[in-house]
Amino acid sequence: MFEDILITIATAATPLLIAAIGELVVERSGVLNLGVEGMMIMGAVTGFGVAWTTGSPWLGVFAAIAVGILFSLLFGFLTLTLVTNQVATGLALTLLGLGLSGMIGENFVGLPGVKLTAIYIPVLTDIPYVGRLFFGQDPLFYVSVALVAAVSYFLFYSKAGLTLRSVGDNHGSAHALGIKVIAIRYLAVMFGGACAGLAGAYLSLVYVPQWVENMSAGRGWIALALVVFASWRPWRVLTGAYLFGAVSIGQLHAQALGIGVPSQLLSSLPYLATVVVLVLISRNKRLTLVNTPASLGQPFVPDR
Amino acid sequence: MRIELVKRPQRSALFGAISPLIALALTIVAGAVLFSLLGKNPGTALYYYFIDPLRETWSLHELAIKAAPLILIAVGLSICYLSNNWNIGAEGQFILGAIAGSILPVMFPQFQNAFVLPLMLLMGIIGGAAYAAIPALLKARFNTNEILTSLMLVYVAQLFLDWLVRGPWRNPEGFNFPETRTFHQFAVLPEILPASGRANLGFVFAILAAIAVWFMLTRTLKGFEVKVIGQSPRAGRFAGFSQSRMIFFAFLLSGALAGLAGISEVSGAIGQLRPTISPGYGFTAIIVAFLGRLNPLGIVAAGLILALTYLGGEAAQISVGLSDKVVRAFQGMILFFVLACDTLILYRIRIVRPQAAAAGEAAHV
Repeated sequence: MFEDILITIATAATPLLIAAIGELVVERSGVLNLGVEGMMIMGAVTGFGVAWTTGSPWLGVFAAIAVGILFSLLFGFLTLTLVTNQVATGLALTLLGLGLSGMIGENFVGLPGVKLTAIYIPVLTDIPYVGRLFFGQDPLFYVSVALVAAVSYFLFYSKAGLTLRSVGDNHGSAHALGIKVIAIRYLAVMFGGACAGLAGAYLSLVYVPQWVENMSAGRGWIALALVVFASWRPWRVLTGAYLFGAVSIGQLHAQALGIGVPSQLLSSLPYLATVVVLVLISRNKRLTLVNTPASLGQPFVPDR
Repeated sequence: MRIELVKRPQRSALFGAISPLIALALTIVAGAVLFSLLGKNPGTALYYYFIDPLRETWSLHELAIKAAPLILIAVGLSICYLSNNWNIGAEGQFILGAIAGSILPVMFPQFQNAFVLPLMLLMGIIGGAAYAAIPALLKARFNTNEILTSLMLVYVAQLFLDWLVRGPWRNPEGFNFPETRTFHQFAVLPEILPASGRANLGFVFAILAAIAVWFMLTRTLKGFEVKVIGQSPRAGRFAGFSQSRMIFFAFLLSGALAGLAGISEVSGAIGQLRPTISPGYGFTAIIVAFLGRLNPLGIVAAGLILALTYLGGEAAQISVGLSDKVVRAFQGMILFFVLACDTLILYRIRIVRPQAAAAGEAAHV
């Protein structure tokens, strides 16, 4: 029972974690992509569609990643090459993604989903209490944790990571040092797109295994809030994602138990929690100032 | 091949005027491609989208009904975006305005006289402004990111409305349908020309709001303050303009207009509260604001165009069997093209071929 609850929390947290860790890298490079929700929902519809047509959930996962990257390139072309306003362009990406996915997914509504099956390792998975939690979840759960470790190592223990952070903190100086600011930002944006697409695939291939219009239900935005909550630190994103996972699973259990509170109030808890958490974090001015990438959201046009 | 931007010495007035038109033209081309991909004749589909709804008087009335909330909300958002306050929760403020304005006809249906409607509109305005005050307060007081808080509050508002119409406000004589009682005659927004169609006073409010805000922006000190703070917060501080007062001004004004749009929609076009009262007006208005280049008069034109896509979507669904989902994809594309074309105002675009670039660099050495 206890293990079951922990596993459902992990399932609710994983899509948030994957999308947020991608956006963390994007923001560390100084770009604010508010299109996470749009890339995520496009990943969800593509993942579902490809998996349903081919019967292979893995093909669905890869297609979702590809579409996430494609969408992020659209954002990258506008904000990095044409230097459009990043906030407005991110919003455009979200609106386009929500619209397009509804259109593409119209014929998928109500179809039975293809589920990415959980792994099974003999002996290990059968360990009582913790076996399934650590050795018996879906493969993307392990990918999500590995991503956090990899991003953390990359950002703080590798030269490339240092370069990326320098671009995010001061693009002018980075450019003067001969670093290709725009190219690095393109790569970061594409990584963010891949992660958002993967997170979307998780929703439609593991979390719900179905296609429902607007199924991301604001998770892309919550992922953006998680990055702020984590003050741009990878392991704190993990903590935040699991806290949010716990809130959303907690409210589902409370609804099932039928305690005397309107279900709508319980459903709004994850959103209200996001607001509260954002307020608590932003009150601490020092924490935010030290960690916010200094060039975040600033346009950059190289002078030649 | 590489694309380079060359900054213009000053904003191009020419492209400032025609960039939205280029964007619309590109959207129509992209739309034609989209329709042919969906297996429809692009000419026919575009006809139903953009021409057919304009051919009859009743349909023009419907256009005004759809354009009113878009214009009202977008005019408010233009003040927000010009002053660098990213309110993207207008959908929630619209809903709260509708709820607050509906208190009288739903909870006190026996209260029927000429004061009801003005009071409803006032309460709608207050409801929308109060809901917008939350992200404003959090931004001004705690420096909390207003983009995320205002958006989160949209989901909360939708759930609150859902609870009201399924719970305490459900029509006692409504056979358990999730809707409130229908508004009595004194709570309904009058139609402009009842003889020819349904368009109501909401459209008049929209035009008046656009003119008033345009006047404020171009002819008053407050309008100057909005633009200075938006373009350079530092210069604004030197001029003695208060940043946090501007946050409240922009959010309260846009919240008030979104709230007015909400109550006008409910008391005009719908006549009761339901679980869903908006086809995403609050989000589409973001597109309207940018297509109108954040200029209230431009927004009137942009609002009519986006309203046309809603109507065209319905027409195309009935006549050519195009899904109504296409509309939102279409609207998303418009915003992309608008943003891309706006680059032309500040920059000239130069396409550099690799050989030419190499030769150029060699020449420098």
